[in-house]
Amino acid sequence: MALNLDAVKRAAHLARLEISATEAQATLTQLGAVFDLIEQMQAINTDDIEPMAHGFDVSQRLRTDEVTHTDQRDAFQASAPSVARGLYLVPKVIE
Amino acid sequence: MSATAMHERSLAGLSAALTAKEISSVELTQLFLARVHAAQGLNAFITVDEAFSLAQARMADTRITQGDKTPLLGIPLAHKDIFVTEGMRTTCGSRMLEHYVSPFDAHVIGEFKRTGAVLLGKCNMDEFAMGSSNENSYFGPVRNPWNHALVPGGSSGGSAAAVAARIAPAATGTDTGGSIRQPAALTGICGIKPTYGLVSRYGMVAYASSLDQGGPLARSAEDLSVLLNVMAGFDERDSTSLDHPKEDYRAHLSMSLQGVRIGLPREYFGEGLSPDVARAIEAAIAEYRKLGATIVEISLPASKHAVPAYYVIAPAEASSNLARFDGVRYGHRAAEYKDLQEMYKKSRAEGFGAEVKRRILIGTYVLSHGYYDAYYIKAQKIRRLIADDFRAAFAHCDVILGPTTPSVAFPIGSKASDPVQMYLTDIYTTAINLAGLPAMSIPCGFGEGGMPVGLQLIGNYLSEGKMLGIAHQYQLATDWHLRMPA
Repeated sequence: MALNLDAVKRAAHLARLEISATEAQATLTQLGAVFDLIEQMQAINTDDIEPMAHGFDVSQRLRTDEVTHTDQRDAFQASAPSVARGLYLVPKVIE
Repeated sequence: MSATAMHERSLAGLSAALTAKEISSVELTQLFLARVHAAQGLNAFITVDEAFSLAQARMADTRITQGDKTPLLGIPLAHKDIFVTEGMRTTCGSRMLEHYVSPFDAHVIGEFKRTGAVLLGKCNMDEFAMGSSNENSYFGPVRNPWNHALVPGGSSGGSAAAVAARIAPAATGTDTGGSIRQPAALTGICGIKPTYGLVSRYGMVAYASSLDQGGPLARSAEDLSVLLNVMAGFDERDSTSLDHPKEDYRAHLSMSLQGVRIGLPREYFGEGLSPDVARAIEAAIAEYRKLGATIVEISLPASKHAVPAYYVIAPAEASSNLARFDGVRYGHRAAEYKDLQEMYKKSRAEGFGAEVKRRILIGTYVLSHGYYDAYYIKAQKIRRLIADDFRAAFAHCDVILGPTTPSVAFPIGSKASDPVQMYLTDIYTTAINLAGLPAMSIPCGFGEGGMPVGLQLIGNYLSEGKMLGIAHQYQLATDWHLRMPA
């Protein structure tokens, strides 16, 4: 599973990170070393071991379905880069 | 009367001084603000707002005058800039959140506000808590108060430096793979990462949600217990908060070490451990023996795989958590873009630093089609092996003891260009987060260059009280925790 330049560029695209050709090359070198470390995992036998997603194997806590929060739109939009009339402004996505 | 300087007093000592009207909260806050100002070269703080702090101090003074004796009332505390605060910016060490002001307080901030503690300032940190040296902050590196050419550790490096330099009586931090314990060790102070879920993550900017845990940094185990009394507790706003009854962590401080079984994991004393750190740890073991504890040898065979497993699981969770920074709802937005996709890409590329991008890319890759089983599921299986090792070990001991870090603090810049070397500074700490266990670091001597060495105590789930007691008994017999940088 060798990491290559295309894989780095693809991951950057999936993560929505702009990356230049020079940056991608430098990233490949550094990530190569990190993946050499990560690959050490493959030497360990984990047959029949249940994956552990969480420090505790607890189930999700549930609560009654009732209104707990009031509208705080203005407070939350105060830190948004661009808003108008209660809406978040983004570049046009539909022609 | 022999007057210990205010900045050298314990939290209980400061409370006593405030109650006795020896000093007011406003005066105490001014005193620490002056110390923060004088120690600007450490770069321990990102934001200090004197008017904000003094307004809180005046409110505390009113309560003190009315006879209120709540612990921590009127005492200034520093907070890692990862806990969101209403009315003051929270940057998380990132350009992405350089101007972000939260509309609400984090649970931890709210609890300290309720108790009447004064917010002294927001501490510098590795960007989004990703780092082990505090060199990854957009606001510049933090310097180690013992030697300004060295790192203080990370990611809670500003918090640790502030407490070590006595410019804050105590501070908060967060620990995802060692970020409280490692800087505490490298700066000669104490820090505890509680059991996962004990301290609410509400309002704590997320890095890796199944590992992140807030906790205090202070000068002694006794001070940690006072802080943990406030920070710990169930919070319904955090879906993984433990519904565990409130405890008084001070109750265990006077425990006896007679019959306490301390486990030494042989894997923590092998290759990779610097001789100076090993010597200080050996001396601490001898001290514990003298104090009546029984030393038993244990084994944590899977722990050596903790670093690779951690650097899959943590980046995977980070890549998902940090997807929220899109330049739309909050945070940095690029100045120029031609469409929505470019706006996302440029905003994120400009807003995040190199290490954060690296971890997002690792996480995205290990979660992507075709690699999920080989990396992510594999790491989760190793996570279970690690947790099972601890479970087996705790059948034979009450607490596990070892070094917190493989070496003392290293020079700023020495590992910055080699991520793997940096990641390997976490070899003794990440396994604990993967298992969700509590662990702490306390100073136990000095190594190379006169730099502090940290002793790590790892406890079973929810055994914080016992761990703090075991640490406090050591601190009654030794004075490493009272040493401070010149």
